[in-house]
Amino acid sequence: MSSILIIEQVLNGLQFGVMLFLMAAGLTLIFGVMGLINLAHGSLYMVGAFAAAAVAAATGSFLLALGAALAVAAAVGAVVEVAVIRRLYATDHLDQVLATFALILIFSEGTRYLFGSFPLYLDIPDALSGPVTLPGRIQYPLYRLALIGVGLAVALGLWLLIERTRIGIRIRAGENDREMIAALGVDISKLYTLVFALGAALAGLAGALVGAIQSVQVGMGEPVLILAFVVIVIGGIGSIRGAFVGAILVGLTDTLGGIFLPEFFKLFMEPAAGTQVGASLASMAIYILMSAVLVWRPTGLFGARA
Amino acid sequence: MIGGMSREFWVNFAVLAGLVAVPLWALVADEPFTITLATRVAILALAAVGLNIALGLGGLVSLGHAVFFGIGGYAMGILAHHAQTYTAVTEWPMLIEGTKSMPVIWLVAVVASALAALVIGVLSLRTSGVYFIMITLAFGQMFFYFAISWSAYGGEDGLSIYVRNGFPGLNTLVPIQFFGVCFAILCAVLWLNARLMRSPFGLALNAARQVPVRVETVGLNPMRLKLVAFVISGAITGLAGALFADLNRFVSPTMFSWQFSGEIIILVILGGVGRLFGPVVGAAVFVVLEHWLGGLTEFWLIWLGVILLLIVLFARGGIVGLLAGRAVAHD
Amino acid sequence: MTELVLETRGITKRFGALTASEDVSLDLKAGEIHAIIGPNGAGKSTLIQQVCGLLRPDAGQVWLGGTDVTRTGAAARARAGLGRTFQVSQLAMEDTVLQNVVLGALGAVGRPWRFFGAALRQADLRDRAEAALAQVGLEDVATTRCADLSHGQRRQLEVAVALSLGPRAFVMDEPMAGLGAEGSKRMTGFLSELRGTAPILLVEHDMDAVFALADRISVLVYGRIIATGTVAEIRADRAVRDAYLGEEA
Repeated sequence: MSSILIIEQVLNGLQFGVMLFLMAAGLTLIFGVMGLINLAHGSLYMVGAFAAAAVAAATGSFLLALGAALAVAAAVGAVVEVAVIRRLYATDHLDQVLATFALILIFSEGTRYLFGSFPLYLDIPDALSGPVTLPGRIQYPLYRLALIGVGLAVALGLWLLIERTRIGIRIRAGENDREMIAALGVDISKLYTLVFALGAALAGLAGALVGAIQSVQVGMGEPVLILAFVVIVIGGIGSIRGAFVGAILVGLTDTLGGIFLPEFFKLFMEPAAGTQVGASLASMAIYILMSAVLVWRPTGLFGARA
Repeated sequence: MIGGMSREFWVNFAVLAGLVAVPLWALVADEPFTITLATRVAILALAAVGLNIALGLGGLVSLGHAVFFGIGGYAMGILAHHAQTYTAVTEWPMLIEGTKSMPVIWLVAVVASALAALVIGVLSLRTSGVYFIMITLAFGQMFFYFAISWSAYGGEDGLSIYVRNGFPGLNTLVPIQFFGVCFAILCAVLWLNARLMRSPFGLALNAARQVPVRVETVGLNPMRLKLVAFVISGAITGLAGALFADLNRFVSPTMFSWQFSGEIIILVILGGVGRLFGPVVGAAVFVVLEHWLGGLTEFWLIWLGVILLLIVLFARGGIVGLLAGRAVAHD
Repeated sequence: MTELVLETRGITKRFGALTASEDVSLDLKAGEIHAIIGPNGAGKSTLIQQVCGLLRPDAGQVWLGGTDVTRTGAAARARAGLGRTFQVSQLAMEDTVLQNVVLGALGAVGRPWRFFGAALRQADLRDRAEAALAQVGLEDVATTRCADLSHGQRRQLEVAVALSLGPRAFVMDEPMAGLGAEGSKRMTGFLSELRGTAPILLVEHDMDAVFALADRISVLVYGRIIATGTVAEIRADRAVRDAYLGEEA
């Protein structure tokens, strides 16, 4: 196996990881600040992808499409927060799971009603299409490289937002002591709506960006949602840093596992059986990783000790 | 107290009577599809009764109960597949043959899912709250992807079983007879569940859900109580999986899907958490909605979502709660 | 010489830089009430948690009835005869009074793995539970849901659950918490008699109750015991007056 292939796969894993981070960051913020477990986060990913595909089809502009994904997902997030989600903050996790599961049904079928069951396609913009040559003469798709860049930029931006701005101070305060910041006169319900919309916008952005390399269809959000949950559970729920580390770990494990585990088992098994065993294990690898992390540290890598 | 008690009793009685009357009517009216729907209700109810022991009594929000349902399904699928292809399940370390006998399949389904529940429970109960929900979800996904990649048993396509498995003295291919089998099992499990809720174990488990610290300071181990509840719960859901596979004569990885785990939780909540007959009512309502709304509109899941949302936001006790008032302490 | 039922030997517990318990040694003799008092933040709760097995000390030992139980958990200590009540009632609110006490009896009998017979119909459990309810005077509300009880009744029920264990020692965390003057007086009278059943290690803020009940008092300040003695000795102790009563006055 060549080192070029390995580097390519590492880049693929990174790209997958940073996209997962966009999803996981919103989920973990929402859980950390409001204590809410939001299964409908994958629906916002889908909403972003559909908004982008629709706008791109109408205008032909990828930038406008991204803008639409951000705006529509944020707006839908804010509306859902005000209409449904804020009634769930005080309830137990079971109610949150159910209500947001109900939202998935409504969003998925609603989208199917609006756009039909056939997948839509979102084209990579011309400026970013085609391969680029990296040092060591590695050919790599420019768009995927751009995704890594966008993901890292968002991670940096989020870090700056939370560590360096007034709104970030309030968000961190909201995580630690709700009564206190309400007593200090911060409008807590506005803050919650804002955090939820921010998380939704990130999910929508991820949906649109990934939508250009996969098809845009109903049900696209749930597999990513589950992976994002795996990410935040590994990282420790509520921790942005944990979400970042977890996302990269999951992205790399999943991508590299899929390539290398079958090869590994072929070393000492018959090729067909080895490929089979390796592929099975690879498809379960991230879940095995997550269970192992939880058994070792029941609140994740960066989670608050219980 | 007597009043509330008897009201829930009558609600329960009416539910069981309805579940018997509908297929009997369908038999007379020659509507075999309705009998199949009633069988589906009985089996889904059984799966949800199983979950309710973990969820309602033990307070364990498992988003991975499809694991046990799927294991039950594959226990049936694998044994029947080998029986219909005249091959052995394994020849090493000892010869194990397939079978078409329901009682044997049920036993294997129950034991296998109980074992899986034991392992998953031991690992998952180290965590709590959201982490518990997520780790059970992860185990579900693990089994789901494993089933997809397990090409020996059909992989993504699943396994078809040509002839329904047999039960001594019955012709299970006759819909009403198979319904009878499923209904009898449901009743037996409900009866055991009723006893369990009042038993010393049930009392301790109930307290372990509400005040684990108290349970510990009277000398009992709340974790062990919850683990045993999880195992019993998984075993029952596994049995339901075996019956479900037999109803469809088909198993596939979708039995392991996380959507199904979500659906059984919905059945429990629709009916009423922790209520003996909640899962039965929930399953009946679900199947009727699926059939009726599904006939009206292709997008019936939107309406299911809306109904579910309304129940979570406004009717915490579920349907049994609406009909029978709040839960009455037993005895 | 009187038997030592419960004993701590040099218990120390630190949380980071904070020393919550420092070399705490105290004991509980048969038939007595030993009160632990101290200002807020003195480490009373941490001490109780260690005595009951919910926290493990960094150093030192806990002895119960002549056995070292330092390494055993809360459940094992309860089975060995430690009856505990909580400052904030820890009761199964959805269940009846009787069910709550039967839970204690179930712990005492030690066999929760019975899945069929009704718990409330089992004579061994029920007799124990009813005896405990009668002793605290709650037999008339046995079938009432715990959530429907008054605060005072919940405090009594807390004691009844501990009592149903048939303990050889009680550890009570502020049994008077939230009780009015009348309720405190009744609880005081009740606890005074209860020491004949089993001795009580009592943490309490209500000084009237402490001075009325305690055979001995230990004063805890910043995690250390600064004095132990009879009510009269403690009242007269200069260090106590400085460190504790002085602060309150």
